[in-house]
Amino acid sequence: MPMPAKDIEALIKAALPDAEVTITDLAGDGDHYAAHVVSAVFVGKPRIAQHKLVYAALGGRMGGELHALQLTTAVPN
Amino acid sequence: MSDTNARIAEIVGSNNVVLFMKGTPLFPQCGFSSRAVAILDHLGVQYESVDVLQDMEIRQGIKSFSDWPTIPQLYVKGEFVGGSDIMMEMYEAGELQELVASNA
Repeated sequence: MPMPAKDIEALIKAALPDAEVTITDLAGDGDHYAAHVVSAVFVGKPRIAQHKLVYAALGGRMGGELHALQLTTAVPN
Repeated sequence: MSDTNARIAEIVGSNNVVLFMKGTPLFPQCGFSSRAVAILDHLGVQYESVDVLQDMEIRQGIKSFSDWPTIPQLYVKGEFVGGSDIMMEMYEAGELQELVASNA
């Protein structure tokens, strides 16, 4: 089930208000996305924890409604 | 601990490097699993793979076992490493090579 990129961005920003979110529609079909999330909340956290914060923001959609979301995380420069 | 959890614990405990994936390394059934296999093959590391499509209990069980919503999932020496995105980030940072080399 396709999910608009702006909805993904809104969910992430609701949970991580300082986040810079860049979403790329990989296949142009509204169903295969890459998201790059930059947030100060990630500072000092291992990658698994950073990704889990984003998955939590997506509220259980990851692995279901959102099958194809490549995720990269980073801390602000 | 449920039977499924015990089975998963046995798998991750008895293999240095194990990838839970959809399909097999030769015939991955999902782009993310394919990417995970490509990274491990590129590193030349020996690994065990578990095709979750052949086992519904493990397919669901691994998600709660790892507290991680997606497949593939990589374990090295009993520790959950992450999915294909984290594998790629670690590979690009040179960290995955280090991890599997020190655990081979």
